[in-house]
Amino acid sequence: MCKRINIIHSTCVPLNMENVDTDQIIPARFLKATSRDGFGKNLFRDWRYTNDDENQPKEDFPLNNKKYCGKILVAGKNFGCGSSREHAAWAIKDSGFDVVVSSFFADIFKNNSLNNFLLPVTVSDSFLEKIFEAVEKNPKTDIDVNLENQTISLNGHSESFEINSYKKTCLLNGFDDIDYLLNSKEEIIQYENSLM
Amino acid sequence: MSININKDFSLTPPFEGIGSTLFDKIWEKHIVKKIDDGPSVFYIDRHFIHEVTSPQAFTGLNKRSIKVFRPQQTIATADHNVPTLNQHLPIKEELSRKQVEALIKNCAEHGVELYGLGHPFQGIVHVIGPELGITQPGMTIVCGDSHTSTHGAFGAIAFGIGTSEVEMVLATQCLLQTKPKLMRINVDGELNKGVVSKDIVLYILSKISASGATGYAVEFAGSTIRGLSMEARMTICNMSIEMGARCGLIAPDETTFNYIKRRKFSPQGEVWDKAIAYWKTLFSDGDANFDNEIFLDAADIEPMITYGTNPGMGIGVNGTIPTVETVNETDKNGLSKSLAYMGLKEGTPIKGQKVDYVFIGSCTNSRIEDLRMVASFVKGKKKADDVEVWIVPGSKQVEKQAIEEGIDKIFEEAGFMLRQPGCSACLGMNEDKIPAGKYCISTSNRNFEGRQGQGARTLLASPLTAAAAAITGKVSDVRELMESYELLAASCEQ
Repeated sequence: MCKRINIIHSTCVPLNMENVDTDQIIPARFLKATSRDGFGKNLFRDWRYTNDDENQPKEDFPLNNKKYCGKILVAGKNFGCGSSREHAAWAIKDSGFDVVVSSFFADIFKNNSLNNFLLPVTVSDSFLEKIFEAVEKNPKTDIDVNLENQTISLNGHSESFEINSYKKTCLLNGFDDIDYLLNSKEEIIQYENSLM
Repeated sequence: MSININKDFSLTPPFEGIGSTLFDKIWEKHIVKKIDDGPSVFYIDRHFIHEVTSPQAFTGLNKRSIKVFRPQQTIATADHNVPTLNQHLPIKEELSRKQVEALIKNCAEHGVELYGLGHPFQGIVHVIGPELGITQPGMTIVCGDSHTSTHGAFGAIAFGIGTSEVEMVLATQCLLQTKPKLMRINVDGELNKGVVSKDIVLYILSKISASGATGYAVEFAGSTIRGLSMEARMTICNMSIEMGARCGLIAPDETTFNYIKRRKFSPQGEVWDKAIAYWKTLFSDGDANFDNEIFLDAADIEPMITYGTNPGMGIGVNGTIPTVETVNETDKNGLSKSLAYMGLKEGTPIKGQKVDYVFIGSCTNSRIEDLRMVASFVKGKKKADDVEVWIVPGSKQVEKQAIEEGIDKIFEEAGFMLRQPGCSACLGMNEDKIPAGKYCISTSNRNFEGRQGQGARTLLASPLTAAAAAITGKVSDVRELMESYELLAASCEQ
């Protein structure tokens, strides 16, 4: 897994749908693994294939459409709602995406993504619309995401996005939350003692 | 070994803010430290784990060669993957069996208490926590499961987390958290007959949508909420995640205290008295500020049912499915896609829709009160011939109590199948799946595409509305089937 994110310059895969829930991103029957690997092949499984058959891809689904590719997934509002399964973020990352763009992310999915160095970029409804329109006209449209500057741009349009400075530092440097917490053990024990 | 029951973190002085919300009071007490322009190190009192979202977290610990930091504050059960028939036999499906075996091994290696298959406390994680008295007011509670919001019914901050966060809690008993915005949803007035807590939450969802509370912690308040039993409150908090809320919570009161009293792990004796004194301070002050506040009238709520593929797509059981023309521009695609999946027509009544399966269970509606409610309605009735009815108790304790009360006999006579505890047909992960194209009226929490099995079509409803469909074989208004409104009222009143 790539554990540092800063500048991503890539075409995107547009998924112009709202309320994409984590059951669609990775159906429950694929959650039986005990490792974090290999979830990418079942990403959007039931939207990608007819009768669960890899020989029958649904041609109109964007992930099956050869004209779309890249490290950026762009989706409609309320992306990642529903189940807390981190497997959804694993599946997206495992499929080669480093960024997910939407106008609105579900809370748990957003956290899970950040914990897996998959950058969720929240844009305005109008900017999201601009991306979908531009990519429909020209699937080769490049999108630039710059974490350091907190900007996303395409075709000369640019918008800034929010991320707290702690998380930004983590992503830029490849730091995990768990390392931070393990380094805070003494303070945690002090806190516990203060309650006794 | 036993879990740490009386190490009660709630006995220190509460956060004394003026104009504090219930959420603030609990939140502030659990901050270990704040990071500048970042999250806070947030202490977790209770951690529930299950077989599906924990194995990778234990692998992470093992890679770092560290043990669970506070094993007595973590409780494990097996629920998502377990079969609900013949639980005494080995799990047939290999991957499911391996996941359950991994949980047994991980818990043994790290000293975590496990209520696995065969244990008298086994059950759905969000059913057993409260019924064992592990869930208490003022606590912070997490689990690698989005329906952890259920525990908020006791006046706790309880929310679902991902597996990386499960690993963090196992390793440090803490998470990095940013404070959400606060919303209060007030429901006031008397409920109509045949309307229960599931209808309240489906109604709220139909008003504010499946993303209406994203970014918020939601406190449920008002006279209607205060009049509900703990089981009914849990149903509402359970589905707060379906509005996108980080968590849902309800201020504890006498109903809460009476529920907790004398449960297996609830505080006893002097500790109980101290706990009660603290719990009574857990409410939103009169001048508390919320970022958003919503007021709803209980009288407007009918028995509800969903027609689409997210839980916000609900209507009264006598209503008609919206037409694409009447919804917002942005919702048009979603509605068309949903109705195509569901095989339903816009602008048509939902009542009378044929049903193939009835599923009464899940962390939303599988508690003893739910089973009693269904039993009191179906007593002496028989299910429709072409409907399969599964009743899945939330825990071994619920199952035992149902049998002691003779509820199992009522179900048997009605032709309902009483299965064994587990998540069952809520999520299409274990053996209990709804076949493609079939309609299932379900008391669970999600009607997403494929949620109950590939191609399965889910109609979410209350246990009463589901039971009514079991009898008639189609979506029905339960009130039209009641021989006695009084009987119904008695079962819903508490």
